[in-house]
Amino acid sequence: MSVYFPQKKLPYLLVLPQLIITAIFFLWPAGQAFKQAFYREDAFGLSQTFIGFGNFIDLFQDPLYYKSMGVTMVFSFSVAFFGIAIALWLAVMADRVIRGKMAYQTLLVWPYAVAPALAGVLWWILFDPNIGPIALFLDRIGIHWNHFLNGDQAMILVVIAATWKQISYNFLFFLAGLQAIPRSLIEAAAIDGAGPFKRFWDIVFPLLSPTTFFLLVVNLVYAFFDTFGVIDTTTQGGPDGSTNTLVYKVFKDGFIGLDSGGSAAQSIVLMAIVGLMTVVQFRFIERKVQY
Amino acid sequence: MIENRPWLKLFSHFILIAGVLIVALPVWVALVGSTQSAGSFADSVPLWFGDQGVQNWSHVLFHAAGSTLQIPVWHLLLNSMIMALGITFGKIAISMISAYAIVFFRFPFRSLIFWVIFITLMLPVEVRIVPTYQVIANLNMLNSYSGLILPMIASATATFLFRQCFMSMPGELVEAARIDGAGPIRFFFDILLPMSRTNIAAMFVIMFIYGWNQYLWPLIITTDDTYYTLVMSIKNMLSVPDGDIEWNNVMVTTLLAMIPPVAVVVGMQKLFVKGLVDAEK
Repeated sequence: MSVYFPQKKLPYLLVLPQLIITAIFFLWPAGQAFKQAFYREDAFGLSQTFIGFGNFIDLFQDPLYYKSMGVTMVFSFSVAFFGIAIALWLAVMADRVIRGKMAYQTLLVWPYAVAPALAGVLWWILFDPNIGPIALFLDRIGIHWNHFLNGDQAMILVVIAATWKQISYNFLFFLAGLQAIPRSLIEAAAIDGAGPFKRFWDIVFPLLSPTTFFLLVVNLVYAFFDTFGVIDTTTQGGPDGSTNTLVYKVFKDGFIGLDSGGSAAQSIVLMAIVGLMTVVQFRFIERKVQY
Repeated sequence: MIENRPWLKLFSHFILIAGVLIVALPVWVALVGSTQSAGSFADSVPLWFGDQGVQNWSHVLFHAAGSTLQIPVWHLLLNSMIMALGITFGKIAISMISAYAIVFFRFPFRSLIFWVIFITLMLPVEVRIVPTYQVIANLNMLNSYSGLILPMIASATATFLFRQCFMSMPGELVEAARIDGAGPIRFFFDILLPMSRTNIAAMFVIMFIYGWNQYLWPLIITTDDTYYTLVMSIKNMLSVPDGDIEWNNVMVTTLLAMIPPVAVVVGMQKLFVKGLVDAEK
């Protein structure tokens, strides 16, 4: 575009609402977080002492923080891996069928609309150690299920609930990706005698790799930041911190532990992580445009 | 289809049906559970319908969500609707006009402003939760609709989307409008707005779901149950000693909290898919 309106003041007026909201609710709190990260507040919130990098040093000497990092990694990569693998499988199947494709799509995408907190509740019911049908079934085949006591089982539960919600999103993107693959490529391979499995691994899967990589980044961001509700309604970070992800820890230390300095230092670290992920996401999208 | 392999086709249908059933399983259990009496959950979660459906649903909707939350769910539904629509319209309105300014005008600090908006992407509410709470408390916005809505309406995603959409419009449009004597405001309402209808609708679907499903924010800024939203109130119903959870009421409330956004996705599937794909471009 090369034609613009000549008004000088109007554009500022137009961006003003967005800037005011951003300044009050984004920049100010972020600035506060920066400030608090360098202070220590007493238990009553009455006085603050400047301690430089003290909060950060404490943070990186705290074994619980490293545990939380590990938990976040395991959780995020599990959600991304299972979410992508299951969605890809379903999308490949849906791409093969002619009849009922739309119906399958509808029946698979609706969980996107379910709040993470509710996804947690729904799967808790199925896995409740005393009355949940899946937990009772597992008990019968000799696996004692209690996600309130067993850390690994708590992790499995939150991964299932978070993945369940994310499959729909990945499915839609894979289906679009599959439909964009030129039929002639597949036909040529079929004429050369490649069966459906060989065609998938040698042609379809490599051609989908931009979609897969994009989804990996999006899924990791989702698992990092949007799964607070899943954890809060089911395990609340427990048992013994086994599902205490970094985002949940910020909330817990800040609101329940009332350690504003430590929580602010964690916020700063998290902002750096989101910043990094956003840059990766945008870099990747720029590259995709050049195709 | 490339070649005819009936067994593979059958297998595809089988996998898809299995996928659909597994995805639907938790909702089935919630649905049948919502028709049971509280006592039916003593040994195990029932897997078939009970006879308390009408009573449970009407009790939760019009009387009280449960013994720990003495407020009817229709009130929470209303709060959720106010919050979701407020966030949706707010986001669309302020993103559209800022994208309009960035694309159709040239002014000093234009790219700085664009970067400030971009930065909001890096500051999701989850990571700056404590200081944001303090800001809201300082502004006396705890327990209010404006506190629920305003902090959520800045949106880099929506601004980018409208920017893309506006940039794809031919420059001749502006020229023609100027020759015909239409100013920027007139151009916005008479030409741009009608031309971006589909984009607005697609954004609406995505943002409505985002707004409706807010959990952490309403949870920390509302302590007065007249401002509770439906999704966050579920926490309240679960925060009772183990074994005392009124599962039938929890299931009714969970289903009621799911119905509006799921209906939007299913009813406007085409727009939803468009919104989802556009938002990530």
